[in-house]
Amino acid sequence: MLQSSSPAFKENARAALADQTLQKALGNVKAGFIGKRAKARARLPEFEDLRDAARDIKNHTLANLDFYLERYEEKVLASGGQVHWAATAEEARNAILTICRDAGAKVVTKGKSMISEEIGLNAHLEEAGLDVVETDLGEYIIQLRHETPSHIIAPAVHLTKDQVEADFRHHHDELPADRSLVEPEQLVAEARQMLRHRYLEADVGITGANFLVAETGTSIIVTNEGNGDLTQCLPKVHIVIASLEKVVPNLEDATTILRVLARSATGQELSAYTTFSTGPRRPEDLDGPEQYHVILLDNGRSQMLGGEFQDMLRCIRCGACMNHCPVYHAVGGHAYGWVYPGPMGAVLTPSLIGVDEAGHLPNASTFCGRCESVCPMRIPLPRMMRHWREREFERHLSPKAVRFGLAFWAFFARRPALYHRLLGLKMRVLGALGRAQGRFNALPFAGGWTKHRDFPAPQGKTFQQLWAERQKGGAGS
Amino acid sequence: MSEARPNGSKGQIMAALRRSLKREQPAPEERRLLEERLAQPRAGLIPARGQRDHAAQLDLLEEMLTELSATVARLDDAAEVPQAVADYLKSENLPPRLRLAPREDLRVLPWDSQPLLEVTEGSAQETDPTAVTGAFAGIAETGTLVMASGAEAPITLNFLPENHIVVLRASDVVGAYEEAWTRLRARFGNGTMPRAVNMITGPSRTGDIEQTILLGAHGPRRLHVLLIEDAEQPAAAD
Repeated sequence: MLQSSSPAFKENARAALADQTLQKALGNVKAGFIGKRAKARARLPEFEDLRDAARDIKNHTLANLDFYLERYEEKVLASGGQVHWAATAEEARNAILTICRDAGAKVVTKGKSMISEEIGLNAHLEEAGLDVVETDLGEYIIQLRHETPSHIIAPAVHLTKDQVEADFRHHHDELPADRSLVEPEQLVAEARQMLRHRYLEADVGITGANFLVAETGTSIIVTNEGNGDLTQCLPKVHIVIASLEKVVPNLEDATTILRVLARSATGQELSAYTTFSTGPRRPEDLDGPEQYHVILLDNGRSQMLGGEFQDMLRCIRCGACMNHCPVYHAVGGHAYGWVYPGPMGAVLTPSLIGVDEAGHLPNASTFCGRCESVCPMRIPLPRMMRHWREREFERHLSPKAVRFGLAFWAFFARRPALYHRLLGLKMRVLGALGRAQGRFNALPFAGGWTKHRDFPAPQGKTFQQLWAERQKGGAGS
Repeated sequence: MSEARPNGSKGQIMAALRRSLKREQPAPEERRLLEERLAQPRAGLIPARGQRDHAAQLDLLEEMLTELSATVARLDDAAEVPQAVADYLKSENLPPRLRLAPREDLRVLPWDSQPLLEVTEGSAQETDPTAVTGAFAGIAETGTLVMASGAEAPITLNFLPENHIVVLRASDVVGAYEEAWTRLRARFGNGTMPRAVNMITGPSRTGDIEQTILLGAHGPRRLHVLLIEDAEQPAAAD
């Protein structure tokens, strides 16, 4: 699997906050996604009901995942395709490399696939001597830079136009040095021109899948650029890589979820291209791949099923949670240190690579709840982050100071009378000390807070005392 | 450990799934319900905007396509297609050359009425500037065209050329995706799909550079729909 730098989240975050170029680029996340989603939602009165329906479809499918996967496989085989079950990232990589070798492949084009990032596919194929070409514009840019995606649907969102221009000038050195690349249109046109012949010379095309349909043995990809389609319709071999939970029963089920997917992701009514692929080229066809392979990857999903993180398997990778996350807005995707950033990554990453490796991520949340409020599949992300915090505590993975602080607090919390007396005293003291200014810019044991913002001075009474007074003073107001 | 087992780790994965689901197999009654759900797909919640009358659907389709920077021309008769294609290419300053989908109802159109137009049939070649294809259906709900692959519909035509002209009959326009599935099953059989079904909603686009939407990333820069308002009306609302 891809190496993680999640244990260094705090250092990563600090560096990200100090990176002016990154901060400029991250401004585009808020500007680019939030308003568009809100508009799309407002335009479809049935949107909230569709979210419920989408959640119910996935819950039903997950409760019968064994049945639907077997039926899906039968239909793929019946349409002339092949299914390769991979328990681990390593098995998936090896299966793909074997298919490429059997096809005598030299050049492999790829549509955007987060699963391929998860299993570290590119490095594996490149080590074996294959020329791997990312074709999604964002993926192409970060491949030139030897970076990983910083967002699950906008992999190069951490970059500015100027950085892309510099990369293109550096890497496309066969083009005239004095060409103009000022306008974003010129950058898009240049990438189009550079990738065109790569599509045509590729022997194998690899894509992910947004859905697998059990009824028909179909894989579905959702794209805007058309790169995924050129990747899968031109080479003689098409490999689909998908994790187990992508399956849905019928076309109608996929349709319901599609109605919330693009609207939640980019605010589009529907992505430009929604492509349904079923098996290889048929005898009467004039084009299309001669071989169609599906890699079905588990890599930890079967263990999530039936447990407290099962709801996470409903995720359709729209990115809405990170688009609305104040922590993501501040530090970007790379700080999270592995494939999946933002709130969905904070829940999924510990499931896939372990809480000892990724324990910082569920802590990187203010619990503001925006992620859950926009999740089209209604995944209770904050609750699951809390589950991970509990596990981290139980397994003694949290730092000593945190554990001591919690134990100290717990001692008083278990003794309510003492707790209330001490708290009342503290509020009176702080209230008196802070009366002049109304706030503190330094407090003992609260340096982490007051270093960046003031601590408001208490009004002298605790909530419990105010509540008791209010109850006494006659309720109803 | 993973050397060339035909199914890979299927046994191991299925066992793990069943352990997590705490069952060996669905109970017989449960299984019957699951089979039934697969065999008799039922439509879920269909937005009201997908359930208007047919004339309103044509308008909605055009409105949605236009919003997406596609263009629409309405024709009274399919025989007007060659003229409309020639006019479009001229107005966009495009070469008078096109690759036509080998579909019988497109082939028989009066292409000789446009002597300057060079028409060849087949799948797309790298140098083709423009493709002309026929849609299986149009979906008003989101301004979506449905292309079903086959001998008469090579899919490379939908993606490789820079310009895509799609002939769509008004009688093939439906309100919602679900109606397109019903028609697809009627044509190709239950549980069977054409090798590729391409839902196309506007020209190719990208937002990968600073989240600015730009057209013509890898697929067609231009999408032009010729909507034939044929007399044949769709079967009464189903």
